[in-house]
Amino acid sequence: MPMTDTVMYEEQLGQINAILARLRADANARATFLIDKNGQQIAATGEDLDQMDATALASLTAGNVASTDAIAKLIGEREFSNLVHEGEKDSLHISLVNERIILVILFDERSSLGLVRLRVRRATSDLVTVFEVVDRRQAEEMTRGGISPSPFAEITDDDIDSLFA
Amino acid sequence: MTFINYASREINCKIVYYGPGLCGKTTNLQWIYEKTNPAAKGKLISLATETERTLFFDFLPLELGTIRGFKTRFHLYTVPGQVFYDASRKLILKGVDGVIFVADSQEARMDANIESLKNLGDNLRLQGYDLKSIPYVLQLNKRDIARAVPVDVMLRALRVKNEEYFEAVAPKGTGVFGTLKAAARQVLISLKKAS
Repeated sequence: MPMTDTVMYEEQLGQINAILARLRADANARATFLIDKNGQQIAATGEDLDQMDATALASLTAGNVASTDAIAKLIGEREFSNLVHEGEKDSLHISLVNERIILVILFDERSSLGLVRLRVRRATSDLVTVFEVVDRRQAEEMTRGGISPSPFAEITDDDIDSLFA
Repeated sequence: MTFINYASREINCKIVYYGPGLCGKTTNLQWIYEKTNPAAKGKLISLATETERTLFFDFLPLELGTIRGFKTRFHLYTVPGQVFYDASRKLILKGVDGVIFVADSQEARMDANIESLKNLGDNLRLQGYDLKSIPYVLQLNKRDIARAVPVDVMLRALRVKNEEYFEAVAPKGTGVFGTLKAAARQVLISLKKAS
């Protein structure tokens, strides 16, 4: 079965932002991002975020994780759970939070790979807990017959036409 | 897999352009990129070979506006059309909300169209989707070439479920936005049905 739609609620997004901000401070990182495996950004914290094309970063990271995942399977591994890209000044640490979510840390010489790895471990376990709540909440909404009140039930042809006007 | 963010009031949907090599998938995206207001689009990312053939994917984020108070974003992807990039095509279909199949109107490419369409059905099935039920639009591209295969012949060979189809000349923009709009409409209507 295909995955169901991902839904994010205000309360959990607040918790996620707090976890990312703490991770960024603890790891002395430039920025932290949470994205889903389809390349959609869920949350981001960091310096100069407006200077960065976070949408492209999310999409390319998801592509990167997807292709690395496929390579892992080719050689008989279940997954490569951590990816590191080391640059001259900036580096990226990419890891999986759960089956659907990717955590990305952008760091420079003010931090180190060891420190990032250490801090990622705690943040990951906190994020897993938050996403369990998100999933549970979504499952409960679905058994109640969908998210209510749904903003989409009332979509009209005019609404859709106005998007392309 | 649509991403609905109730906190920031955003909906993000993924549309994938599929089709045989050199049918014009990337050209569709380039036209949309060139003709869209800079505030409504992100960068067009092309992971291509040195000879400008798509290696992994092209990506264009589009912000279409607000619907019922939700910012509506479409992430447009193309797949690499060449047969040997099948592993990459499978990955790009993950989490897809709607598919546009771009068919090449040259007689010599009809077999490639049919093979690519079959490949689309197979790869969607692997991801748990069914071509018969997913939002889907057919584009007959390169209608300006001499001796283009007649529309009715192409439809007989390629239409899978009486889906909407558009005649297009992607480098001139003919049919490009019509195709995208039809796919976006189907994706939004599928959200409505699911809610």
